[in-house]
Amino acid sequence: MKELVIVSGKGGTGKTSISAALAYLAPQKVLVDCDVDAANFHLVSGATIKDSYAFTAGFQPHIDDETCTRCGKCTDLCRFGAITAGVITSPLNCEGCGVCAFNCPKHAIAMQEKQAGHWFVSDTRFGCLIHAELGLSVENSGKLVSKVRHEAKKIATTDHLPLIITDGPPGIGCPAIAALSGTSLALAVVEPSVSGMHDLARLADLVAHFQLPMAVCINKSTLHQENTEQMVIWCQNKDIPILGKIPYSDAFRSAVQSGKTVLEIPESNVTEELTELWQNIAGQLNIPKSASGLDLLWQKINIFR
Amino acid sequence: MLISIASGKGGTGKTTLALLLAAAHSNITLIDCDVEEPNCHLFLQPEWHGPEQAVTIMVPRIDSDRCNGCGACSAICLFSAIAVSGKSALLFDELCHSCGGCLLACQQNAISEEQKVIGTLMTGTAASHPGIHLVNGTLKIGTPSAVPLIRRMKQESLQLTGDILVDCPPGTSCSMVNAVKGSDFCILVTEPTPFGKHDLELAMNITHLLQIPTGVVINKSDAAAGDENIEAFCASRQTPVLAKIPHSLSFARQYAAGCIPVEFQGIAVSIWQQLTSEGGARA
Repeated sequence: MKELVIVSGKGGTGKTSISAALAYLAPQKVLVDCDVDAANFHLVSGATIKDSYAFTAGFQPHIDDETCTRCGKCTDLCRFGAITAGVITSPLNCEGCGVCAFNCPKHAIAMQEKQAGHWFVSDTRFGCLIHAELGLSVENSGKLVSKVRHEAKKIATTDHLPLIITDGPPGIGCPAIAALSGTSLALAVVEPSVSGMHDLARLADLVAHFQLPMAVCINKSTLHQENTEQMVIWCQNKDIPILGKIPYSDAFRSAVQSGKTVLEIPESNVTEELTELWQNIAGQLNIPKSASGLDLLWQKINIFR
Repeated sequence: MLISIASGKGGTGKTTLALLLAAAHSNITLIDCDVEEPNCHLFLQPEWHGPEQAVTIMVPRIDSDRCNGCGACSAICLFSAIAVSGKSALLFDELCHSCGGCLLACQQNAISEEQKVIGTLMTGTAASHPGIHLVNGTLKIGTPSAVPLIRRMKQESLQLTGDILVDCPPGTSCSMVNAVKGSDFCILVTEPTPFGKHDLELAMNITHLLQIPTGVVINKSDAAAGDENIEAFCASRQTPVLAKIPHSLSFARQYAAGCIPVEFQGIAVSIWQQLTSEGGARA
């Protein structure tokens, strides 16, 4: 089983739109949305939630007011300024470390598991999607990312599916690290802007830091021809293959408006480039580019199921 | 006034708006809190005021001679950052939250603390825009949490007077929350697509939770596309739409080239007028 993770460094370069197009083109796959704090993939794939699960991660202190003597030891020991003499005064500052609980002379504080969000298994036009919603202002986005990836792997294994397509988070911090670890291929969707180039360099450093295979897709390539050329040279120097160049197109926007992938709308003018991108990815991952006759038959049967 | 610029969805134009607003101000501090991917400096090309300062966090250091492998540190670490194997404790410092719990738990006095670099901080002034004072933070590659660096940058801002703009990281998780926290006003930048609206709602839930007055700027605005969906949503949440920046390919090209586009300067001026009257009304 191969896992393709679509990342970008900079936000808004087109990760979800490109992931959705690849989901449309790839014959057999499980889909994952790892942008758990601003998930969007379900909006373009016609997702219907099949199963919903609560996600708990981390801890939060619970204070027994009757036992607490307001001695203030917790205030002295808390490094995050979250607690004042047995009262959680700044809950958003609390890291859930338990220092207050473990050192309370009256044992008045207990650490309880924290509700950190939900994750879902959904049916979409392109197959099964695992996605999530991080709780309001909680930590542990990295753990939720690992959770959805883990669940997707289980489904891919059970259903004998050769590919997982993962729509990743922006940035290079903990959610991006959690989405990338151990992936078969990190596909960076980048745009030819000075910001895009700068952010690609940092993303490439991160991917190299974890020694993962990486490839690039230049999106909006016609936005700035010179920058695109520079980016191509930069990638060549770094030995990073460029698997596709997608010209700037307002069709992406129209597609999102109608809740579809860019390949499903009549005015699409990037079909050829996206198909080429998919074929290059499939080649790189050594997986089938299109469905076999038997797969097509299964798909047909599934429509009526 | 401390104004944060956030978005939920990435790439909606936070940095663009921050730069437009900064360029329309005579004397302002711009703090680039998108430390995973800081971009403001690319447009401002500032002259740095000095060498970069390392930003550090404290992580435990285990004295293996004193450690007897009792496991007390590992038992209390809720982040699983310490494991005990045989007669010594092993540290996974990327999981450490610097709470100091292990120091308190160790009965052998085997744990002390040392500094670990998680990023750098630089300040500078743009030659092209002498009124803009930039504070730039850069997260060290491979560091999972940007929060300590963002908190440090926000601390610096407390010592400043005058107007401050904070360019926030995308998303709605801890980095964004810490960048937005403590601001007098938050501008959420969105785009008129279902993605933009969905993530605007999540971001607005955060500013509401933090009780920060919020306004919205619709970037890449297009009457034919879906502005009215955003406007209706903002109306339902009693949140003003401060401005609309039209969808413009030439604007996108100037941004791609690294220029602060001048064509929408009037919009920035109008936002400042609204902010000063709003801020005045609330102060």
